[in-house]
Amino acid sequence: MRRALLSATLLTPLPAGADALAGPAVQQPTNWTAIAMFALFAALTLGITRWAARRTRTAADFYTAGGGITGFQNGLAIAGDYMSAASFLGISAQIFTDGYDGLIYSIGFLVGWPIILFLLAERLRNLGRFTFADVAAFRFAQTPVRLFAASSTLAVVLFYLIAQMVGAGQLIKLLFGLPYGYAVGIVGVLMMLYVLFGGMTATTWVQIVKAVLLLGSATFMAVMVLASFGFSAEALFARAVAVKTDLAAAAGAGDPATAGRSIMGPGNFIKDPVSAISFGMALMFGTAGLPHILMRFFTVPDAKAARTSVLWATGWIGYFYVLTFVIGFGAIVLVATDAGYQDGQGALLGGTNMAAIHLAHAVGGDLFLGFISAVAFATILAVVAGLTLSGASAIGHDLYATVIRKGQADSAAELRVSRRTVVVLAAAAVLLGIVFEKQNVAFMVSLAFAVAASSNFPVLLLSLLWSGCTTRGAVAGGCVGLVASVGLTIVSPTVWVAILGHASAPFPYSSPAIVSMPLAFLTIALVSLMDRSPRAAQDRARYAEQRVRAETGIGAAGAASH
Amino acid sequence: MTDADVARMMADPRYRALLRQRGRLGWMLSAIVTAAYAAFILTIAFDKPALARPLGAGVNSVGIVVGLGLILLSVASTAVYVHRANGAFDRALADLLRDHAA
Repeated sequence: MRRALLSATLLTPLPAGADALAGPAVQQPTNWTAIAMFALFAALTLGITRWAARRTRTAADFYTAGGGITGFQNGLAIAGDYMSAASFLGISAQIFTDGYDGLIYSIGFLVGWPIILFLLAERLRNLGRFTFADVAAFRFAQTPVRLFAASSTLAVVLFYLIAQMVGAGQLIKLLFGLPYGYAVGIVGVLMMLYVLFGGMTATTWVQIVKAVLLLGSATFMAVMVLASFGFSAEALFARAVAVKTDLAAAAGAGDPATAGRSIMGPGNFIKDPVSAISFGMALMFGTAGLPHILMRFFTVPDAKAARTSVLWATGWIGYFYVLTFVIGFGAIVLVATDAGYQDGQGALLGGTNMAAIHLAHAVGGDLFLGFISAVAFATILAVVAGLTLSGASAIGHDLYATVIRKGQADSAAELRVSRRTVVVLAAAAVLLGIVFEKQNVAFMVSLAFAVAASSNFPVLLLSLLWSGCTTRGAVAGGCVGLVASVGLTIVSPTVWVAILGHASAPFPYSSPAIVSMPLAFLTIALVSLMDRSPRAAQDRARYAEQRVRAETGIGAAGAASH
Repeated sequence: MTDADVARMMADPRYRALLRQRGRLGWMLSAIVTAAYAAFILTIAFDKPALARPLGAGVNSVGIVVGLGLILLSVASTAVYVHRANGAFDRALADLLRDHAA
């Protein structure tokens, strides 16, 4: 049972604190320093929102900040959108527990970025205006492709959002000592205010502020850890191995030296090869299909800035994962050896996810502990704001303006629908956060990645790069990928056994991507090849025009002037 | 853009050369990153001890160097692409667009 729980946890460190769910999240004493620091952050970001609200008049302002974000700013905002609290707490906790295994995740989360740059970024910018569906539906029949894209966007956004909300509630209960419901409510209200009034401008700046705070404080922690070892990584690793060896010996392990050394290589993270490959695929290609990430490419003025933003984002995210690695090892050395951070049995106070938080206290005292708690809260807000905006654009732009009004909606009407959607999504997020409080929703983030890798990514890639792709092929393949990834997740051990309590799962692997992603590609290819409809002829004929625009930027939507 | 504009662009040898060069760079780098990551995941799947082996006399292991190498490769390959695409390729594109302006 412990193993099942552990593997469910290990498979998804990304959500804010979805990991925190697997461990006990005990409400801590109210932490006033943290609350004061967070109040400062909230005041600052609401100030930004007020400023942004005056600049948010049209649909373009709302969805893309008028296209006036620079490549550097967008790179930071992407990093802020992508580095969730669990990248920080979950991965450092995993390194604290198992050492090397945490690095496997970090790498999986990073390698998708070069692929986005090489294959998608500039084409997205040149073809789209507001949502990735603008690009996927560029030469196809609008209604079916938009309906598919809006459904898969909402699926990804909802799964991701639930995991974030539940994680947020658990985390804030731990860090601030506030009741779960308050925590979820505060997150819901703040994210609604940012997005509703400040649109993409406010969301971008909240993400930038958060990225700077998170990178800054993680740098401080890593430097403090390395400084105590004369900036020698070898010395840090050697001490960590010694600590783990002592702990193993104290626990009565047969071979403590081997147990100690195990943190320097891959451990139990991945049991069977198929799950390893499947999971790797979902991480790598899922990033390239996350609607809230793809949306960020429309906030910059041109293809050049789109490329620059990926370079900055990759650099910051990669740097952050190196820091997390040092922080995890620092926690082994400084936190695992200090009885003050543990209960009587050697377990961490507040659960394993508190490793980085305790380390913050060890290197920076009470004040820095409060600061890092506030940063963790800010981190969740930046992520959920991006998700909500993406969901609102799927309803406002893809469904209302394009499908229902056939592209004839004026900007004001579209904006009104999107804003109403923001309110509905915020209410739904809070409600679902409360409904799922006691559930283990850790699998929902890997599900979001698997859906993105199996539906959005194949449709986007083939619509961009294969002239033979047709409306029917794209819609059929995308839907197959969506249904297969959700369906296989339900009948996988993570849900079928661990949550629904069946004895064994029909689909034995922990991630569906190895089946659902090739299935989607294959369906798109076969259906497109067999498609003899008049629409298909039109779809194929328009590829030349799409290609020229995608590659040269002729006719691309420009930045709105302010 | 009219169909004639599209046809004129597609017939331009400079356009075809740009697409070929930029496409080749993009696919080549994608292949390198994907192959490196696949090799890493496959090693984890089939031969964990290879990554756990220590480097020299210390505790630092092959896996840590490989892991950090993959992070560096991701950043370096994006840097190479952005350098070429925002430099030489965009200059070639600017020339092309000047001649194809209406």
